[in-house]
Amino acid sequence: MAALLTTFPVLYAISSSLMTQRDFNAGAVLPSWPLEFGNYAAAFGKFPLLHYLLNTLIMSGIVTVALLITSSLAAFAFTFIPFRGRSVLFGIVLATLMIPWEATIIVNFQTVRDLGWLNTFAGLTVPSFAMAFGIFLLRQSFRTLPVELYEAIQIDGASRFRFFVSVVLPLSRPMLATLGVYSFITTWNKYLWPLLVTSTDKVRTVQIALKGMQGEATTAWPLVMAATVMVMAATVLVLVIGQRQLKAGLAAGAVKG
Amino acid sequence: MTMVDARRRSRRRKEWKNLLSGLVYLAPALIVFGVFLFYPAVKTGWLSAFTTNVRGLPKAFVGFGNYIDNLTSEGFLSSLRVTLLFALMVVPVTMIVALCLAVLANEKLRGIGFFRTVYAIPLAVSSAAAAVVWRLIFHPSQGILNSLLGVFGVEPVGWLTDPNVALISVSLTTIWMHLGFNFIVLLGGLQSLPTELYESAAIDGAGRMRQLTSITLPLLSPVLFFVGIVLVIDSFQSFGQIDILTQGGPAGATNLIVYEIYQNAFVRNRVGYASAQTIVLFVIILVLTAVQYRFSERKVHYQ
Repeated sequence: MAALLTTFPVLYAISSSLMTQRDFNAGAVLPSWPLEFGNYAAAFGKFPLLHYLLNTLIMSGIVTVALLITSSLAAFAFTFIPFRGRSVLFGIVLATLMIPWEATIIVNFQTVRDLGWLNTFAGLTVPSFAMAFGIFLLRQSFRTLPVELYEAIQIDGASRFRFFVSVVLPLSRPMLATLGVYSFITTWNKYLWPLLVTSTDKVRTVQIALKGMQGEATTAWPLVMAATVMVMAATVLVLVIGQRQLKAGLAAGAVKG
Repeated sequence: MTMVDARRRSRRRKEWKNLLSGLVYLAPALIVFGVFLFYPAVKTGWLSAFTTNVRGLPKAFVGFGNYIDNLTSEGFLSSLRVTLLFALMVVPVTMIVALCLAVLANEKLRGIGFFRTVYAIPLAVSSAAAAVVWRLIFHPSQGILNSLLGVFGVEPVGWLTDPNVALISVSLTTIWMHLGFNFIVLLGGLQSLPTELYESAAIDGAGRMRQLTSITLPLLSPVLFFVGIVLVIDSFQSFGQIDILTQGGPAGATNLIVYEIYQNAFVRNRVGYASAQTIVLFVIILVLTAVQYRFSERKVHYQ
């Protein structure tokens, strides 16, 4: 019963995406037999849906990889390199949590515009290349590694970077996966930023396209629902696969704030 | 003497080396934070003291003029009011429903893993996709809500077009969107509670309801508090569902703060004015975040 409550919008979307236009116009709840799978093909035919999906995939992929790199490097410095001013810099990173993204969006738009990055993947992704939450998450995981590991490898004459790449990263794979899943889903689902920096189809993401679709095709709801189901399917799939990772990350986030 | 000197020098060299490599490792993250977080936050404050041209560049210095205009104009005040009302609807309902789901999913039953996944699904659905689906649910003639009401002979409701109902509709959508995250966090909280307490309570003959009110809720209160604050912050940041469902209408009934800022900054090109609104929102969120930190710090001490 409760499961129905939480999934009913998703089920309703799937159900409507399989209706013929006539079912739909009649206000049906369930599609009539045979199911109209043609809506999916039609959605790809009528809108450049594949192109939008690909754009979104590229954007999410770039952000996820970049975020993993910047966060793990920073977390490594905060855990394994004792240097002067480390706690001050950590305080600065902490402070970024206090700045909501709305406070930056106007000027970031201007920056990206002035760089000539509107309608490019650079404009879509670069502002999201670092995230304090990612640094915290990985720092927590790095801190569980014994310091002796580093001492041992130093005796072997290996460099610090070598230690980072061949010891720290492999041992922290679960937490890296957590951050990866989290970052992929949030980036895929972004709305306001892609809305601002994309004005053409070139790099437009599927979330923004969804808005446009119902504008042009108010009469073709089953098509729009087919497209929506495709958009949801991607992240729901990532959620189901990376569920354990995601839960671990959210729990850590909840404890740490 | 020279030995000590040499040792001190080598230590100092090592310190410098550490500082340098620390900065190298931190550079990518710090540069991004600087350019896309700190600089824009400060610049927004600067812009809020100016009127601006169409490109959003400062035209004339007005000091606190934009703030005074905002706080005396009906538009911004009403969007603050609407946002507050919205948060008052979204936060308690989401918490109650998510808590019920978490309590259900915490039972040790066969196949509960499946339900845990199902309850978490809204977490993965984007605000855009959720809003499109809910827009269909609210559709005046073909949507499922009015179809159902029709079965009982009730007149169709203008879910998104009636100013008295639109905010409720948008809240319903938002509540659904937040269920997944809150469910997972609350379930995590429930699972960390000590089981012995429940066992001894059961021996004392305390019923399910009694256990919930006198063990679970008090012990869970830090998590509930965290979830509540995050929900308030999220409510103040809602945008996607508004843009797709109502565009702030009808008659400003769903014109939440971020939507108002978006309109001023990117549609009406009143960047200075919008910057002042942004700073007001920034302060609100800052206070909420600070409250949350203070509280979670204390929680850590207690443990």
